[in-house]
This record gives sequence, structure tokens and C-alpha cells, in this order.
Amino acid sequence: MNKTWNNKAWFMVLPVLLLVAFSAVIPLMTVVNYSVQDTFGNNAFFWAGTDWFAQVLASDRFWEALGRNLLFSAIILALEIPLGILIALNMPKKGLGVPVCLVLMALPLLIPWNVVGTIWQVFGRVDIGLLGRVLDGIGFDYNYVNDVFDAWVTLIVMDVWHWTSLVVLLCYAGLVSIPEAYYQAAKIDGASRWAVFRYIQLPKMKRVLLIAFLLRFMDSFMIYTEPFVVTGGGPGNSTTFLSIDLVKMAIGQFDLGPAAAMSIIYFLIILLLSWIFYTVMTSSDDQA
Amino acid sequence: MTSQAITANTVQPGAKRNLSWIVPTLYIVFLMLPIYWLVNMSFKENTEITGAFTLWPRQPTLHNYAVIFTDPAWYSGYINSIIYVVLNTVISVSAALPAAYAFSRYRFLGDKHLFFWLLTNRMAPPAVFALPFFQLYSAFGLIDTHIAVAIAHCLFNVPLAVWILEGFMSGVPKEIDETAYIDGYSFPRFFTKIFVPLIASGIGVAAFFCFMFSWVELLIARTLTTTDAKPIAATMTRTVSASGMDWGVLAAAGVLTIIPGALVIYFVRNYIAKGFALGRV
Repeated sequence: MNKTWNNKAWFMVLPVLLLVAFSAVIPLMTVVNYSVQDTFGNNAFFWAGTDWFAQVLASDRFWEALGRNLLFSAIILALEIPLGILIALNMPKKGLGVPVCLVLMALPLLIPWNVVGTIWQVFGRVDIGLLGRVLDGIGFDYNYVNDVFDAWVTLIVMDVWHWTSLVVLLCYAGLVSIPEAYYQAAKIDGASRWAVFRYIQLPKMKRVLLIAFLLRFMDSFMIYTEPFVVTGGGPGNSTTFLSIDLVKMAIGQFDLGPAAAMSIIYFLIILLLSWIFYTVMTSSDDQA
Repeated sequence: MTSQAITANTVQPGAKRNLSWIVPTLYIVFLMLPIYWLVNMSFKENTEITGAFTLWPRQPTLHNYAVIFTDPAWYSGYINSIIYVVLNTVISVSAALPAAYAFSRYRFLGDKHLFFWLLTNRMAPPAVFALPFFQLYSAFGLIDTHIAVAIAHCLFNVPLAVWILEGFMSGVPKEIDETAYIDGYSFPRFFTKIFVPLIASGIGVAAFFCFMFSWVELLIARTLTTTDAKPIAATMTRTVSASGMDWGVLAAAGVLTIIPGALVIYFVRNYIAKGFALGRV
């Protein structure tokens, strides 16, 4: 759509600007403030320069948490994207099955995140949970509270449970936009199932897949509530992701300087990712 | 080549479709199992939960739900959550409406930067904002009020609403605006009488997603509240009593938090992908 140039449109954006300034810019500035200052209490602050940044970037704690975050996101994407495509391809296209599938699949997306944690916490417990009991019954030594591997598996399965539907719904939205004529043409050409997927369905899903990929990456990268409820960052530090560590540092230990420096670094990573997301979104807007 | 030969070496949707229901069915079973277990637990007494392993309640009881609906510490959690979620939805959508219109219809100085900056707030990790929020709202004396949580949640809901509404508004042809002006409509009249009804479904979807994301968020809501505005999600973390965990009540509280989403999901089922993709499908 060709838009007219009109600077008065700023007035329409103003309410949003003020709201977001209050809820984002001011808080972010206090973070910047803390990241370059130190205090010995009594609200006496002095300039600390980039010390906190140097300290955070030199600490194993930060890199380990970042590494766990990246590993978690990588596993999540490797599981949820193919699984989501597979399910979307097999969804019914018409009839009563469509609303039933859509509603049931979307359900986990609407559950408060800490309740998702609670659901899996009780589901996985060896003493009272269905999953824990069954695994225990068939001879697995499963205990997500003590065992690092089990804790990771539980968190990953939980995230797959929670968010795969997002990929499914997006892919499905892409798939239903393909005109029936394309499939008929493919049939006349004698295209195989794989060729139909590779040359018709995949290109049509490309854009929604990108969106799904980026959304899942970003949201899994800032995961907090679910692992906090299920494992609390443990056993040991094995499931302490960046945001869990950050909250522990800022609110638990009140280490404002390092926490603020870490926030800034964290935020810069997110900013970079958002920029990629934005570029993808707007460039495909132009194509559409 | 005869038509028979064509069908022989191509996809036969009829034959394939007979089996394709298995995948979604298995997936839905996987999704429903943990929820079933939670519902199952919520109808059991604690002795049955910890004592016997039963696939359905042997002595079904409504005791757990009764606890929640009679204890103010529990049910006020729901009331608090609903108050700040509704406040947030109203604020977010009404602020986002004119902004989304501006983004969808006009080019102006810095529009692209602004649109991008809004997105970064949607993507911002709440953990980064938890502490500064606490200090900012303490300074204004707003800690433990509903409005504090409502405004704090604008951080991610206003950008979300702007993006979703912009997506819907861009689908309305510009000629409608122009025709209305030629017909002598002033802008406010055109906007409320013609444009808003046209994108009513978009507003509904935006409101739904604001409601949802404010409802599921816990970190910020918990940081900004202590007792008077404490959300249900935070109340749930305190089910440990002297006699151990009160699993039954915990499960019942969980089930009750799922219900609002489950009730409205049917109405937005066709737009749910669009909402999660920030209005871009």
C-alpha cells in the first residue's frame, strides 16, 4: 500500500510512545545507571565505568548460563520445527476436525506459564505423577529433581508440549493459503509426495516458518517461569538459564551492578535478534 | 498417457488421508495427558493423591474447589489477576488503535525506527525489567496496586496490540478512508463509525492476546505485588502448609487458571496463528 507522508501522524502515536516510555525507557535507563556505578550503601554511588561489564564477561557463571540458553534453544528448535511441520501437514483441511484440532492444540498456549510448570512438576513426580510413576514402573531411574539429564529432558519435553502448537498453527495457516489448483497441477505432472512438499508446500510455508523460528528462538532464549517452577535452576546450576541467574542476582543477592551489566548484555543480544526478525518481517511484507 | 497411468504414480490423497489422522491424534493425546492428570488430581483428597495411584478419583470430591472459593487468600488472587488483566487490555488496545492506524496509513519521520523499537519491547526479557520496575513503581508509591501491574504489562502488550492491529488495518483498502472524507466525515467520526466496525475482529483478536499475555505472565506481576494485588499465579506458589504440600488445592487452582483461556479460544481459533505471529500471517 502506498502511504502518504504526514508528520501529524506522530500525534496518533503519542499515547503509545508515552506509555512505552514509562514502562520501558525509564526502567531501562535505571539499568544503564546501575551498570556503570558502584555503591557502598546509603545511596552513595560512584562511577565504576565498564568494570561490571568486564566482570560479567569474565565470569564463568555468565558464559555457562548463556551456553545453557543456546543449547536449550537449539534443542527446542530442532524438535519443535520439524514436529510442527509434520503435524500441520497431517491436519484435517475441512470438516469438524478443523476446529477441534485448532482448539485442543491451542490450549497449552493459553495456560499461565507457572501453571505449565506446575502441571509438569506434578506430572513428572515419581511419587504422585503419571509420567514419573509409569517411567519408574517400567524400570527407568527417572528423577528430575536429582538427575541433570532427567531435569533437561523434562524441561525440553515440557517446552515441546507448551509451544509446538505455535509452530503447528503458523504452518497450518500457511498451508491452507495454498490454492487447490496447485495440488491438481502437481497431480497432473505426476509429482511425488516429497516433490509436492518440497516445491509447493515448503515455499508457501517459508515465511510463517521464519516467523515461527524467530519467535520460538527468542521466547526460549528468555525462558524463566517454567524452569523456575519445575527445577528452580537445579540440580546444582544445571538448568540455571540467563534470566533465572539474572533474577537471582538482582533480587535475591541484590548485586545491582553485575546484574545491570548482565541485563544490558542480555538486552543487546535480544536487540540483535529483534532486528533480524524485523528485517525478515518487513522485507516479506514488501513481497506480499 | 491415460488418466489411470497418471494416478498410478502420483499422490493419492484418498489413500493417504486414511492414515494422516494418526499424527494429530497422537499429538493431541500427548497434549491432553498432563492436563488430564491435573484435573484428575483436583478431584482427589490429598490422602488419595499421595497414597494410592489411581487413574481416576475413587472418591471424587469438590473439597479442593471449595477451599479456593471460600478462602479469600485464594479467590482474591483470581479477582486481582482479572482486575489488572482487564485494565491492561483496555489501556493497551485503546492506546494502540490510533498508533496502528498511523503506522498502516501514513509515513512519517522515524516511523520505521519507531515500529522496530516497539518490537524490541515485545521481545525484551521480563527478567531485565523486574528490578527497575520495582524501584520505579516504589518511587511512585504504586507497589501492590493493580494499576502498577497493568501499566508494567504494557511493556509487551502495547507493541503486540500495535503490531496485530496494524496487520488487520493494512487489510482494509485505503479507498474506504478516502471515500469517507469525500462524503464529509470528520476523522473522529470516520474512525469510530466506519473504521472501527470494519476491523472489529482485529480489535477482538488484539484484546484477546493482550488479555492472554497479561494473564500468563508471572515474573513482573509477582515482583510488583505483595498482598493486596497479588495474582493467582503467585498465590499458587504458596501451597506448602505445615502438613506438607496441598496437592489437591494446587491442582484445582491450576485447573481454574486454564478455564478463561479455554472458554474464549473457540472464538479466536481462526486468528490464533495471526495473533502469535504479531499480526503477520
